Amino acid sequence: MAKALKCNLCDNHATVHLTQILNNKIHKVDLCESCAQQKGVTDPNGFSLADLLIKSTGGEEAGADQALKCPTCGYTRRNFSKSGRLGCPDCYDYFKDTIDSILANMHKGTTHCGKVPVNARAHISLREEVSRLEEELKKAVDAERYEDAAQYRDRIQEVRKARDQNE
Amino acid sequence: MIIKPLLDSKAELTHGNVTKCPVVLSTRIRLARNLAAHLFPGWAAESERSEILANCFASIGSVTGMKRGYKFKIEELDDLQRKILYERHLISRELMSSNNGAGTLVSKDQSCVVMVNEEDHLRIQVLRSGFHFKRVWRTIDRIDSAIEERLPYAFSEELGYLTACPTNVGTGMRASAMMHLPGLVISNQMEKVIRAVNQLGIVVRGLFGEGSDASGSIFQISNQMTLGETEQQIIKRLSSVLESIIEQENNARGRLLEAERTKLFDKIARAYGILRSSHVMSSAEAMNLLSLIRLGLDIKLFEEENREILDRLLIESQPGHIQYSAKHLADSEERDVLRAAYLRTEFEKIQEPDFGDI
Repeated sequence: MAKALKCNLCDNHATVHLTQILNNKIHKVDLCESCAQQKGVTDPNGFSLADLLIKSTGGEEAGADQALKCPTCGYTRRNFSKSGRLGCPDCYDYFKDTIDSILANMHKGTTHCGKVPVNARAHISLREEVSRLEEELKKAVDAERYEDAAQYRDRIQEVRKARDQNE
Repeated sequence: MIIKPLLDSKAELTHGNVTKCPVVLSTRIRLARNLAAHLFPGWAAESERSEILANCFASIGSVTGMKRGYKFKIEELDDLQRKILYERHLISRELMSSNNGAGTLVSKDQSCVVMVNEEDHLRIQVLRSGFHFKRVWRTIDRIDSAIEERLPYAFSEELGYLTACPTNVGTGMRASAMMHLPGLVISNQMEKVIRAVNQLGIVVRGLFGEGSDASGSIFQISNQMTLGETEQQIIKRLSSVLESIIEQENNARGRLLEAERTKLFDKIARAYGILRSSHVMSSAEAMNLLSLIRLGLDIKLFEEENREILDRLLIESQPGHIQYSAKHLADSEERDVLRAAYLRTEFEKIQEPDFGDI
């Protein structure tokens, strides 16, 4: 006989087995009766697998480094696994590994392509300008066009300065 | 009572009065935003939350569209007032039970709401009667940009708007429509619809969102994913799903009218009878009966001019609103008596259904 499955959230015997297709990927969750009730799995209206997935992926990493703290706000990975929420904007950088794998399961993609605030827009276009100029500089150096290269170098410095002032 | 002026004025939700698409009661978009260089509300100390609240009240109060509106600090509202705001969708369940340092700004016509220190620093919400995603997006986009000029947001080039919960990161947008689907419910097809749309990343919930039941056959249908698509793509995908649900609902109604005409008319006539003459009524029963009357109105058994009364009653039959009109904290037994009395009076204005020659 197959091995009895354990609940993903606690260690009880799982009796509710749920499969949901999100983003063409199959997600399976096994739960015990009481966790299923608690999470509203039995109520098709109030239930979202995504909420569960955060917690179960968070849970799998238990023991790894749950005490890891965000240097900005002091939020720990344990806090995150427990609540599914983060402490501050910098937590996204600090817990990047954990969050990236969650996002890939949860959303359509992993990069933002919607609205961008105006001040971020200016910053992004300057950054893009720098990388374009750096490419030009490299080409100029490769082709031994040193006068052009000097001009690109000066221009890069200007843009970088503008960008730093912007921040 | 602090919120009295709000209750006494006309609101989008209770006086919006739209007839074009009776299946969609209202359209709503909400954006989750956080201020740069601050801890998220759930982790911030009370002093930081209070500072953010004061700051937001001052800056957002001057945004076009929010001027001359209302500002409420949650700590200044008693349980009843919180409940009423919740029943009018002006604060969320989370904000309702929140402690110090949280609040809400409501525009004059109650169509725009900015909740402060909910799960995120800002939850901007715009709601319109009827099916109007494009218009709602234009309004909320403008308000969001105006707020951003005053309060810099936490934003990352890669992940977009950073939110307390990764389920909202990216656009931070949840677009939803409140749909009245009695045809699908009566013909037992709702479960099938929910399963189908879930696979498309669309979520179906009850009237009051997460965890609420679907009394009155009213469902809130929204996008689940917020990252990896533009706002326009999300809205487009959701709209096409909603349009197909509208079609399914209309088909279900058509089939009921054809195959189970007498049964359906019986249901509606009984609902009318009970609303006009009962003496004890729970809010769930009221929702279900009002829902049937609304269906009757859609198939022209009642005069169209009653739609506004009906949409208002769907809100005013909620427990908090009944208590408010009772002017004291009524227990649930007393509320059921008051509700029945209120509905009896209101239904005197609505003529008996006209079944023609069945």
